[in-house]
Amino acid sequence: MKVIKIDKKDWPGGLEKLSENYRLFGPVKDKDSHDFRELPKGKLPDFDFQNTRLPAKALVYPQSEAMFEYTLDESQPDHHVMKAVKKDYSPRAVFGIRPCDAKAFVLVRKNFDTPEYKDPYWIQAYEASTFVGLACDDPHGTCFCTSAGCGPFHEEGLDVLLADAGDHFLAKGLTEKGQNLLKAAGWTAETEAGIEAMKKAAEGKISSFVSTDKLEAKETTALYDAPFWEEQAFACLNCGTCTYSCPTCWCFDIQDENHKKSGIRMRNWDSCMFPLFTLHGTGHNPRGTKMHRLRQRFMHKLKYYVDKYGAGIQCVGCGRCVRLCPVNIDIRKICELMNDYDSGADTCAA
Amino acid sequence: MSGYTDKIREISERLLKEGTAEMVIGFKNGTMPMMNEPCFIRKPEDAEKLVWDSNCGINLSNYLTDRKEKIAIVAKGCDSRNIVTHIVENKITREQLHIIGVPCHGMIDRHKTASMFDTEILSVTEQDGKILVKTKDSEKTLEKADVLQKNCAVCTHRNPVIHDELAGNPVEEQRDVDRYADVRGIEAMSPQEKLNYFDGLFADCIRCYACRNACPLCYCPTCFVDESRPQWVGKSTDATDVKTFHFLRAYHCAGRCTDCGACERACPVGINMRVLTKKLEKDCLDNFGWEAGLTPDQRPPLDTFKTDDPEEFIK
Repeated sequence: MKVIKIDKKDWPGGLEKLSENYRLFGPVKDKDSHDFRELPKGKLPDFDFQNTRLPAKALVYPQSEAMFEYTLDESQPDHHVMKAVKKDYSPRAVFGIRPCDAKAFVLVRKNFDTPEYKDPYWIQAYEASTFVGLACDDPHGTCFCTSAGCGPFHEEGLDVLLADAGDHFLAKGLTEKGQNLLKAAGWTAETEAGIEAMKKAAEGKISSFVSTDKLEAKETTALYDAPFWEEQAFACLNCGTCTYSCPTCWCFDIQDENHKKSGIRMRNWDSCMFPLFTLHGTGHNPRGTKMHRLRQRFMHKLKYYVDKYGAGIQCVGCGRCVRLCPVNIDIRKICELMNDYDSGADTCAA
Repeated sequence: MSGYTDKIREISERLLKEGTAEMVIGFKNGTMPMMNEPCFIRKPEDAEKLVWDSNCGINLSNYLTDRKEKIAIVAKGCDSRNIVTHIVENKITREQLHIIGVPCHGMIDRHKTASMFDTEILSVTEQDGKILVKTKDSEKTLEKADVLQKNCAVCTHRNPVIHDELAGNPVEEQRDVDRYADVRGIEAMSPQEKLNYFDGLFADCIRCYACRNACPLCYCPTCFVDESRPQWVGKSTDATDVKTFHFLRAYHCAGRCTDCGACERACPVGINMRVLTKKLEKDCLDNFGWEAGLTPDQRPPLDTFKTDDPEEFIK
């Protein structure tokens, strides 16, 4: 695959051209941090960041999304009929998504796009998007992507990978969608330059690692009953910071919101950290304590997902939960505890 | 504040050895700069895990709610006031507690400090009231006063108001601080300006409830936002629902909030929701001469009735 050289002076012009056929999204700086926003005409994505505060997840899977609308007015012939809410699934181009967030879409897709169930909102938004990733040449100290099946130049889930080479970008069109976007922008200058050396240098800067090699072989119930959960859960506030800042957390809740005689059926992100998440109609809560809830989060990411899909852990090592947790619950530490845990059960069985 | 760590360890080890406490609640070193993790220890030999420095901003009284053990707890000024509030509100008994008071020099504002540097902070250390910050390519010494949490900068109760022993000598209380300059600024706004201000303040909220859950006052078994029969508040990021959550939560803290700053510190997106609780704190001070959590012997103004109340409507 040929690498394309994009001179930075040709960058705004290319985006301008793309805006004719795509809605453009990218990181925008607001106060002290960057988050993804739709870019108004003429606004360039701001690439001066290590990573965005929140992941790109919400571009495909908004925190709050209307699914249906209805009227309760019985004088109307279509009262109580759920009608799909019209949405804009025209082509979108997302600039500056980090490889970790792109890989996260691949992991999340296993949930939203299965032979049995297809989530129409997630799939349509995902398929409408062309992801132009920005390789990471300055990873944060909490980034552990290389040991979470990802990496600063990882290509999975991306349509184009951009590497910043000073006065120009080096671009790899990884999919047909990506190549089409490069063409549409007028970025076509092929170069012999490679990005392998930049990739190696970036990977060498990753300073944080986790071990996941033994998770799959662990007895699920032994891990579930491990004695370390109480201590690990003590500090946990059971807030939703980790789940909402996680690019791979996908849980949602569906709610009808009525106002007078009309209403919408919404879906909102939900969090396994919240007691209400598992509260039964009977009043019983099978995950009644914060220890239960914290354990669920880590067991899901680091054990159940591993066992169910055989595709590694449900984590891309972006480090956001580590950076944002108000009480310093650190998934790296818990992953090591789980990976190293020896209940004695495995030895007995042998 | 480094001397505190040794003293806290010594006291904790003794209390666990002699059986005065079954557990000690304190802080241990975190895995990131400016982050310590709340923790408990049950064995005397684990006392060496405990630390104290200017990164202990989380309010530990939050971890006492409805516990049954005999507990020793490390408490700075604001924590101690929330312990008092917990005792008054029957969330813990005085008899269960052995309070290791820590006269406080103020906590570092981790959001503000991080925002002062363009690159990642690798370490933050403290010496003689100065804060040494190291990043990959620079080293800078800051005055602690410049990076104090906003609530600490205007704190007038740095010494624990209730304790069984102290981990250090009492510190001089700050006097002549203007606690309510920000509140007066908002009070002076027109209704439309206020609305705009609050819209901006809460625009980034992701409804994670870190503020609520870090708050020692927010111990309701079911928070009003989690009620589903009936459901009082929508759960989306709709601006009205977001503001309803923040405003109502603040009202639930009226006359109880000690301005410990845990809510603001916990917020992952840097919202200063403290301006709401401070307004109510100011009103309680102006109207009732009340500051929360100073003594277990007095009921808070909002759960008492006086026959000589000056208001006509209540008679």
